[in-house]
Amino acid sequence: MSINLTINNKVITAPDGATILEAAQAAGIEIPTLCHHPDLTDVGACRMCVVSVEGARALQTACTTPAGEGMVVNTMSDAAVASRKFTLEMLLTDHPNECMTCEVAGDCELQDLVYDYQVPWPDHNGKRHQWELDPDPNPFIFIDRNKCIVCGRCIRACNEIQNRDIWSFAYRGFETKLVAGADQLMLDAGCESCGACVAYCPVGALQDKMSLGLGRVNQVEKVRTTCSFCGVGCNFDLNVRNDKITKVTSAQDAPVNGMALCVKGRYGYDFVHHPDRLTRPMVRAKWLDPATVAERVKNGEWAVFTEAQQRRASLTHQRASGNGHSASDHRSPAIPQSAILPDTFVQTDWDTALDTVAGKFTQVKKDYGGDAFAVLASAKCTNEENYIFNKFTRQMLATHSIDHCARL
Amino acid sequence: MTNSIQDIAEESQCIFIIGSNTTENHPVIGTKIRRAKRHRGAKLIVADPRRIDIADYADLHLRHKPGTDIALLNGLMHVILRENWQDDDFIRERTENFEDVKAIVEKYTPEVASEITGVPAEDIVLAATMMAENRPGALLYAMGITQHTTGVANVMSCANLQMMLGNIGVPGSGVNPLRGQNNVQGACDMGGLPNVFPGYQRVTDPAAREKFEKAWGVGLPDYMGLTVTEMMDAAEAGDVRCLYIIGENPMTSEPNLNHTRHSLQKTEFIVLQELFFSETAQFADVIFPAAAFAEKEGSFTNTERRAQRVRKAVNPPGEARLDHEIVIQLAKRMLALGATALDPEAPYADWEYRSIIDVEEEINALTPIYAGVTWERMEAGEALHWPVLGPDHPGTPILHVSKFSRGLGRFAAVDHVPPDELPDDDYPLMLTTGRVIYHWHAGEMTHRAAGLEAMYPEALVEIHPRDAARAGIDADGMMKVASRRGEIIAKAQITDRVEPGLIFTTFHFAESAANFLTNPALDPVAKIPEYKVCAVKVEKA
Repeated sequence: MSINLTINNKVITAPDGATILEAAQAAGIEIPTLCHHPDLTDVGACRMCVVSVEGARALQTACTTPAGEGMVVNTMSDAAVASRKFTLEMLLTDHPNECMTCEVAGDCELQDLVYDYQVPWPDHNGKRHQWELDPDPNPFIFIDRNKCIVCGRCIRACNEIQNRDIWSFAYRGFETKLVAGADQLMLDAGCESCGACVAYCPVGALQDKMSLGLGRVNQVEKVRTTCSFCGVGCNFDLNVRNDKITKVTSAQDAPVNGMALCVKGRYGYDFVHHPDRLTRPMVRAKWLDPATVAERVKNGEWAVFTEAQQRRASLTHQRASGNGHSASDHRSPAIPQSAILPDTFVQTDWDTALDTVAGKFTQVKKDYGGDAFAVLASAKCTNEENYIFNKFTRQMLATHSIDHCARL
Repeated sequence: MTNSIQDIAEESQCIFIIGSNTTENHPVIGTKIRRAKRHRGAKLIVADPRRIDIADYADLHLRHKPGTDIALLNGLMHVILRENWQDDDFIRERTENFEDVKAIVEKYTPEVASEITGVPAEDIVLAATMMAENRPGALLYAMGITQHTTGVANVMSCANLQMMLGNIGVPGSGVNPLRGQNNVQGACDMGGLPNVFPGYQRVTDPAAREKFEKAWGVGLPDYMGLTVTEMMDAAEAGDVRCLYIIGENPMTSEPNLNHTRHSLQKTEFIVLQELFFSETAQFADVIFPAAAFAEKEGSFTNTERRAQRVRKAVNPPGEARLDHEIVIQLAKRMLALGATALDPEAPYADWEYRSIIDVEEEINALTPIYAGVTWERMEAGEALHWPVLGPDHPGTPILHVSKFSRGLGRFAAVDHVPPDELPDDDYPLMLTTGRVIYHWHAGEMTHRAAGLEAMYPEALVEIHPRDAARAGIDADGMMKVASRRGEIIAKAQITDRVEPGLIFTTFHFAESAANFLTNPALDPVAKIPEYKVCAVKVEKA
């Protein structure tokens, strides 16, 4: 079933049950929105999408009004445009004039509409909210209620996408406040920090705390990839600036997950740049020629990876010293930098490390055959890498003893 | 998974989760299930010993004792057959061996099943009724089903239930294991297993072996390799002399870590390829610094058999290198040393890859289920479910549509067998293990993610108020947990998420990892350790 209607003097066919907004969008006619998002139920709250409908007594919200047979719609009538300008001006009367420093400048639906409709900054000395910035101590979500336009997209995202119902509006009129739970801290209200509310916020009221100041949308490159934590296969965009990940943003066209992500996928990326990352190959001194080690360490080509460095880089020791359970660095006997024992890790060049392993593997294969080898492949690595591991194990090491943590 | 996440989320009338803490371990699937339940009215049944988050959304929570899954499933099937709710057409046309299951579930009356599982008999009847009245229904499971000495039998039992209900091969149905790691599916698909080549072509099948011998230009062993747990035993015995560990951390993920430590200490030569100086690094002889996911081009295959692109966003730090490039370098150097003689005529013998796309083409050529998972299609945004049998094949979102891969679906009669180690006078409590939402596996990544670490900074042990009171353990006080294999100290979280007699902890924290305690007893077929049940005692620490 379909219906015919006229929008801006153009005859349009729309499926039965479509809203005016959907009918217009399908025909390539733009109607401005703020509280609307295609993933969410429409509530007609922001009044941006108002249009003139012939025969109707007042402007209609295109996002909630069903398109009717024979309906005649004007999306750019004087009344509609004036209404939108007034709505935007009213929003600005209680919005900080901070676009110069705002995190989401360039990625803000309000900013775009104010620009599109050329709304001047209102000459208004009335009441403005002075909410506390970042009032919630959770590590992920920054709240700036001063920028909230009360569209309720975060509330619907939490209710309809994440199904946690953390957010709602409390109090009335000018005092209307976006609150978690019964005006509690987010975590106390049961928030699991998926960040969907941030992803759906059209302005800067909810922002990613870890990304503040690291780059606006026009300063980053977005790279679509697949998450590296669980097996759901969520896709998202890594935002990159100066060879560093600044943020994860969700993507509506992600095949498995759409805009939904979890706390690990959205906020667990910083391990990539952690200072503990291993950056040089290492070989224990006993597998190297002692004279070469002494010489290259002395001339700075190679370096000793000291016990203290090992402890600093090791979670067990970091955590143990942090918790005060056992020996921390300063209590261990100091090992002089120059002492190179057989078990000392030496940071070498790649050629040395690779030749050491290739030589040892070749020797063991000749002496003992393939049964002397076992390989643990990785559920963290890509398909292509795992194929290579599988080929190396079977073809080069002559064994089928390859496994990974599939069972663990 | 036999089905796709989307068809379950949108079309399943009854979602039955058994042995999966979906919210914490597959959070976005948890999100979609909550949505199906709340916004579409799908029925939700959760069987789990703990009151996990998703149970709070369920129509029915079956709180069975760990290690009694078969008794519970057989009880459900008993009710279905007693009430004549089975799908006779499906059973007749699509399956075999039904009579065996019928015979064995005969004795699992709701009362008998209740006696074993601790689930009220009327709840078993109610669950069976809900499943029968709301089809198609999907069964979802995870390690709660598989990490048992009866892991394989547990999975068969899940399949029995779904075949009996005719819940196979249609949208919203199926037997759906939720895979834990981002690319555990792909690692299995690509031959990261001791019994199969890429695409599950068996190493003991002469035809498959010949295919790869011809492709790679070398003779291959005609016997299976060792599983990870067997590798550790062989290393301890001195039979395995060289261990090459790529992106794994057996010193937290293996069962009975004290044994693992001993095995690693005894191994002559260990090469580790890692992002961090992990617990396993202390045992390595050579460490290669590797690249993280954001530094790579390639693909991951998710739990619904769907291959998707991984793209390079940043450069690896310092001199860290891509994992496959390291291995290719090793192969070339070993060839130069004469380690292996390869037939130069074989099409895929050499290691001269110009780019990752060459690797992809080799996969496409040798792995029938990935024949059509080409670089071009992935790059164009196609997220194909394997099997993808050719470049024009659309992929297979739902398996077993008109017939099973093996022809007829085989019912396998299985009986309840208790776990290997149950509580006794010396170790009176049961320990079960798992993960939490804020951490991931051995924690090498998530402990280094500042926000996640702030959310869950230390190991917690869930213990029921009754057991805590008996042992004099205070809320948030430290407690010692000991099994026959080891002990840990961790903070008590007194909660009724666990029932009296059961405690729960994770293996995320190396210093108090559950795997110092767990029982390395294995499923005889799958060689999976029984992480979900062992006997422990607790005291105030």
